[in-house]
Amino acid sequence: MKARKFFPILLLLLVLIVVQQLTRLTGTAYYLTQMTMTAYYALLVIGLCLVMGYAGQISLGHAGFFAIGGYTSAVLTTFDLTPLLDKGNSAIGFLTTNGLLAERQSLYGESLLSVNPWLACVAALLLTIIIAFCIGIPVLKLKGHYLAMATLGFGIIIYRVALATEIFGGADGISAVPGFPLLPGIVVSGDFSNRVQNYYIACCLLLLGFLLLQNLIDSRVGRALRAIHGSEEAANAMGVNTARYKLYTFVVSAVFAALAGIFLTHYNGGIGPSEAGIMKSVRYVAIVAIGGMANLWGALTMAAVLNFLSLRGMFGSYDDAVFGVILIIIMLFAPQGLLRRQVWQFFKKSGSDN
Amino acid sequence: MTSQLFLQYLFAGITYGIIYAIVAIGFNIIYNTTGIINFAQGEFVMLGGMIAISLHAILPLPLAIGLAVISTMLIGALIEILFIRWLRSPSVLRMIIITIGLSILIREAALHIWGENVRSLPYFNGNEISSIQLLGANISPQVLWVIGICSIMVMLLSLFFKFTSLGQEMRACAANRLAATLCGISTKNMVTFSFMLSAGIGALAGCVVSPITYTQYDSGTALAIKGFTVAVLGGLGNSLAAVLAGILLGVIESFSISVVPLAFQDAISIGILLIILFVRPHGLFGSREAAGLKEF
Amino acid sequence: MSLLDIKDVKKQFGGLQAVSEVSFAVEKGMIKAVIGPNGAGKTTLFNLISGNLPLTSGAIFFEDKPIHGLQPYQIAQRGISRTFQNIKLFPGMTAVENVMIGRHTRSRAGFLAGMFHLPAARREEREIREKSLALLELLEISQFADVEATSLAFGQQRAVEFARALASEPTILLLDEPAAGLNIYETAEIARLITKIRDQGITVLLVEHDMSLVMDISDEIVVLSFGQKIAEDVPGAIQQNQEVIQIYLGTADA
Repeated sequence: MKARKFFPILLLLLVLIVVQQLTRLTGTAYYLTQMTMTAYYALLVIGLCLVMGYAGQISLGHAGFFAIGGYTSAVLTTFDLTPLLDKGNSAIGFLTTNGLLAERQSLYGESLLSVNPWLACVAALLLTIIIAFCIGIPVLKLKGHYLAMATLGFGIIIYRVALATEIFGGADGISAVPGFPLLPGIVVSGDFSNRVQNYYIACCLLLLGFLLLQNLIDSRVGRALRAIHGSEEAANAMGVNTARYKLYTFVVSAVFAALAGIFLTHYNGGIGPSEAGIMKSVRYVAIVAIGGMANLWGALTMAAVLNFLSLRGMFGSYDDAVFGVILIIIMLFAPQGLLRRQVWQFFKKSGSDN
Repeated sequence: MTSQLFLQYLFAGITYGIIYAIVAIGFNIIYNTTGIINFAQGEFVMLGGMIAISLHAILPLPLAIGLAVISTMLIGALIEILFIRWLRSPSVLRMIIITIGLSILIREAALHIWGENVRSLPYFNGNEISSIQLLGANISPQVLWVIGICSIMVMLLSLFFKFTSLGQEMRACAANRLAATLCGISTKNMVTFSFMLSAGIGALAGCVVSPITYTQYDSGTALAIKGFTVAVLGGLGNSLAAVLAGILLGVIESFSISVVPLAFQDAISIGILLIILFVRPHGLFGSREAAGLKEF
Repeated sequence: MSLLDIKDVKKQFGGLQAVSEVSFAVEKGMIKAVIGPNGAGKTTLFNLISGNLPLTSGAIFFEDKPIHGLQPYQIAQRGISRTFQNIKLFPGMTAVENVMIGRHTRSRAGFLAGMFHLPAARREEREIREKSLALLELLEISQFADVEATSLAFGQQRAVEFARALASEPTILLLDEPAAGLNIYETAEIARLITKIRDQGITVLLVEHDMSLVMDISDEIVVLSFGQKIAEDVPGAIQQNQEVIQIYLGTADA
């Protein structure tokens, strides 16, 4: 049973390796940069797929969580704490002695002291979880239009805060974010020499996330989520604490979004307010919708294809318009999504055959 | 704060507030006949302004505005006929996504037609520095145009819904769609008409306010979310309450400038929206019982 | 004290008294029925017990503990299971999956256990499936285990719903008009299943419109009319009760 479940994922891994080898052989390794970014965006999209497709809740504010993760990590790893240390701040001293701060060189060779990326990452995730809980508890009581507007409002607030706050760099965002050393010798950064390595880091993170979500969907929790989607009243009568399940799902997907934000920010070496924009959130919703809502494989495939095309600039100045058109066409003619279940029956079958 | 400054803030607040109210009424008209929240509502306001600005290059102002309103109404009707009319009992989620897609399309089309530049209609009389004394405050005459035209529009609308047969049929639709159909009212046409009507009032509001707030391809989104805030504050579907709520939100926003940075102004009204959704989703003036009957 | 105790329960919708000061008790191991003509307040009473509506006044005790004011899922967790008048099976899920949802309160694997596919969660999952299949067996529909539940015939759907409600191993089973929409053969079949469930030691409280079903299987009957309890007795006595006959014939005449 296990082997069957892992089979499609192993196959995907194989495809990813072949793609990398192909780019090497054809001398198109520059594609890897966009593929790496695509993988991080896809991580967010599959998280959103859990909320929209399985728990049946719309979120028009997921770019906000991406930005919360990215910005928090960026601020912590770039903010120079040296002046504070010189003033003898005891908290900073404590962090230094425990190796939680990282020293690095500025462009001009001065020594800078900032928070260690690992600590920054944990802090960003914790902040995301706290915000997701605070927003989720009231917001998920709403339904339909109200839920859509409330999450949209949340997204706009994050965008405005990012745009108008000095510490977040205003319209320019934050740049010169250092790499994220995961293990000795393995660094998430945009360095040219790290390109292949980073492609695999991103792909592994995405596959891991995908595997976790797939497990979740096949579990007791996933069954309860599908029940909530089918009939909230009946699920409640079966003893499912629907409010709590929706909330936890929301938080899990916010964590996925924040993780994507953190890694992509370190990879790109910066983040700007457009990452928090409404258009980004709408784009993620569009991708989940095209993938067929309750279809992780569909979301993954469409996220990979559309994000890659968009990042390669295939849509030109019509980038946003393309996603608008896609949304309308899909919702008018194929509300079940482009990649219907039948296409994926093979995978589904091999996934649930015990 | 001097009383003069106070009055200036107050009038600015009322001006913005009444525009929000018009957008909210646009939401309400469509919501009442269809149960849909049209996320592209703000784009009608932008379109009205933009079309009028373009037409004004060759036509006198009143004619340009009139034509802009009519063409926006036609666009509204076209949208309904192309994208909404033939769907059979679509889910709320589906309608949300379709109207969001429409708002993106309109915005992107506007970007490609008019560019990113900020444009505006000229002041209806005088210019940006002319002002009139009112209760000791200096008010731009355009403010009076906005308040005047929008007030007349609201009054005409309420007369229309009360006394014309078309207005009564639309209200019948809102009250009970099935019963209205059985009485021989073509509910489909009513829906088309409600899109035209809300596009039209949005476009007119977009024209009169253009000299003060300027028009840009993406000015619709903020208007939509504020208009929605107002619609919810007043209780979804209740247009008279929307006017009160609009003025309330406009005034709060305008006075908040003296406390918080301008950049956070949007965040304030969205904050109000979130709070009202959590605390009183049936609105300040609505009753909980009636709201319980609606599908949110 | 009784298993389920309903004390002076009242529900008001605006000016309408849907249920006015109704009291009765359900003893362990019996089949008790609540009957009455349309609009008598049966379904309202049912929703009050299951926690879908808040009480205006009064109290409901289950195993001597108050349960009014609890959320439906909390009431389900206490051991009160229910079915719906207009069958609410989960679409897109097979019959056995539907029943597996019913075991929700008897299992515990959470988000992390599910994500990481922990051994305990796997073991639990296997047990859930086995128990659910056994229930389908009990209700004589095991051949439909892997069929999408909402595509089954109406009577079979009702049986799946029974299995789903039983999966939580409830102390008491609430049935909302179990014969609604069924023909006489299916109704007889459902009656047989209800007694079978009672024989498993599960108390049954059912709300029903169909007199024939109720008279055959109930141990006790409560009659409601316009929100008030007008009789409570064994079936034989209810059949002789003049007031009850008048209500039913009266409504038939009108």
